[in-house]
Amino acid sequence: MTHSAFDGYRPPEPPRGRRRRRRDGDRSPARRRGLGALGTGDGGREMPMVEDVEFSSYYGRPVVKAPPWGAPIGLYLFVGGVAGASALLGAGAALTDRPALRRNARLTALAAVAVGTPALIEDLGRPERFLHMLRVIKPTSPMSLGTWILSGFASGAGVAAAAEIDRLLGERLPLGPLRPVLRRAEGPAAAVSTVLGAPLAAYTAVLLGDTAVPTWQGARRGLPFVFVSSAALAASGIAMITTPVAQAGPARVLAVLGVAGDVVAMHRTKESMHPLEAEPLETGAAGRKLRWAERLAVAGGVATLLGGRNRWIAAAGGAAVATASALTRFGVLEAGIESVKDPRRVMIPQRERLEKRRAEGITDDSITTGPES
Amino acid sequence: MGLPSEHEDTGAGAGWGHSHERKGFFTDTSICIGCKACEVACKEWNRNPQDGDLEILGSSYDNTGSLGANTWRHVAFIEQDQERIEQARESGRRLVGLGMPGIGPRSGADAPAGAGGCGSGCGSRPGADGEPGAADRTPPDTPEFRWLMSSDVCKHCTRAGCLDVCPTGALMRTEFGTVVVQSDICNGCGTCVGGCPFGVIERRDDGTISAKGDRGRVEQDVPHHGTANKCTLCYDRLVDGQTPACAQTCPTTSIRFGDRADMVDEAASRVRQLHDRGMTEARLYGANGNDGVGGTGSVFLLLDEPEVYGLPPDPQVPTAQLPAMFRTAGIAAAGMIAATALAFLGGRR
Repeated sequence: MTHSAFDGYRPPEPPRGRRRRRRDGDRSPARRRGLGALGTGDGGREMPMVEDVEFSSYYGRPVVKAPPWGAPIGLYLFVGGVAGASALLGAGAALTDRPALRRNARLTALAAVAVGTPALIEDLGRPERFLHMLRVIKPTSPMSLGTWILSGFASGAGVAAAAEIDRLLGERLPLGPLRPVLRRAEGPAAAVSTVLGAPLAAYTAVLLGDTAVPTWQGARRGLPFVFVSSAALAASGIAMITTPVAQAGPARVLAVLGVAGDVVAMHRTKESMHPLEAEPLETGAAGRKLRWAERLAVAGGVATLLGGRNRWIAAAGGAAVATASALTRFGVLEAGIESVKDPRRVMIPQRERLEKRRAEGITDDSITTGPES
Repeated sequence: MGLPSEHEDTGAGAGWGHSHERKGFFTDTSICIGCKACEVACKEWNRNPQDGDLEILGSSYDNTGSLGANTWRHVAFIEQDQERIEQARESGRRLVGLGMPGIGPRSGADAPAGAGGCGSGCGSRPGADGEPGAADRTPPDTPEFRWLMSSDVCKHCTRAGCLDVCPTGALMRTEFGTVVVQSDICNGCGTCVGGCPFGVIERRDDGTISAKGDRGRVEQDVPHHGTANKCTLCYDRLVDGQTPACAQTCPTTSIRFGDRADMVDEAASRVRQLHDRGMTEARLYGANGNDGVGGTGSVFLLLDEPEVYGLPPDPQVPTAQLPAMFRTAGIAAAGMIAATALAFLGGRR
């Protein structure tokens, strides 16, 4: 307050409220400017030294950090699922005498790991050290277990697919005396990739769930179901594109099952999460991807159900569900990375569970403690 | 499922075969003056590169931003009015007697004052409650307004998320019970970044050593580029029996270093002392071995809720849920196999 006469012209000061900018509905990006945004203006406008006066967070800055995982990891989540489920399809085709489906599924599995493994390596900070992943086997690290699963799977899928390629080319590969070895190894190798197929499709959900990233951590109870469904429908979709309808019957059934599982699991996952944790799955770019994923999955599923015996409709339906799976993986990845940007997604669920435990009389497990009474 | 980091005894339990005392920090934010000497000493000793451009962040005197790959000490500045002070005092009062089983001053109950790095040399005058020869740590009386200043650092958790999820074994538990990245092993996969419930560890993807005038941005050899980086509790100094750089440089003994058990004792008596003076806003952060990370190696005395400092109010190590997650994933994988089998049994050719 001032007593200068010149200040008589000034409009009355607004009340010293603490909630100037912080209302629940107000989520405009302007409220939380990026770290670099301040101080880069033209200087014409006076800026308050302290932007946000309600200190439920520290200047709206993130509390936890998202892993530095970009598009290659999203691609890997997708093709890892394709590879795992394709191996299962290939095994089923081998057991039920569907040679075209078996061959295509095995080739798809190899192609998927051949795309996914370089993508994983490319996303490392030090790609030349990727073999350090195989220094240890660590049950507490989903990344470690996943690397071993992928390595075992890729070896099996590689041998099985090599045998398929050799057969496809009329035994023209210059294998020489190795051909009988390859033939003999084909069965066991395919079995290895079959056994590791489902874990390969599921472990990535644990990898994401085992983080402090609020959306992934909150989704940990449902995400494995989303991911295996997504894997199943992606692999079936690709099989429907590559394989004649006469042999692709199981792929069509699996695609429809996958669509049902994917849609149900995604909804149940979101229901099991704190609203603040689930929000990034429904809003923004990630939310848009996931909405399109659901639409495409349902459309592809319906097309498969109604017209799957037509080669063209089957291929179109297969493309739709495979795209849906890719969108799901990218959407979940991006939602998690987005979720750490707002500290409320970390602070409020944590504060609520802490208060809940206190209300239940559990008071000895808080990180904040007072003096002994 | 026994997680490697579940051992309460982080020294011998980590496989070192001998038992060093677990080392840790006690950061008493009630006497921090926000000089940022810890930030500077840390950067210099560890040769950490500069974090991007030097810019004014508009958050009081904090232009560092946050902990990260290149910033291992971060001083937070918070400006508060009387209303917030009252709220903090009230929320702290409610914590009295909650939690922390079996933690308190060990026998003798010596006052913490003078027990830290403050030897005979530091300018000591009789304290407010008449401890002769002790430094007066009474915070200045500021009824209308206060500045909270707190030097944040890696917590060196008992149950460390980063350590659990590291797939290469690059993160390790040292003989001092601290958590350190072996930069020649780390391949920069980034899993640990998501595993930390405090958002401390980060991959060094940027950072520069250019001075402010050099806008040329020539290609420079940033050390440990592409690997995960965080506070090592100055492992290289500890093995030589030295004090970490930040603790040694702190002019107010706000950052204290020593055996973790002593740090917790000091923290407990300090919070008692502040409450006795009516500063009921004082509380400890990380001293409780029952919390979601099993207690932290770096214990803090805060003057408001942890959220105010940007610290999570109820951090839990993500791997605590890992057995349940593996079970869920196993059920999901079994469901996938069953669905495939069903498709082949029911599918016509």
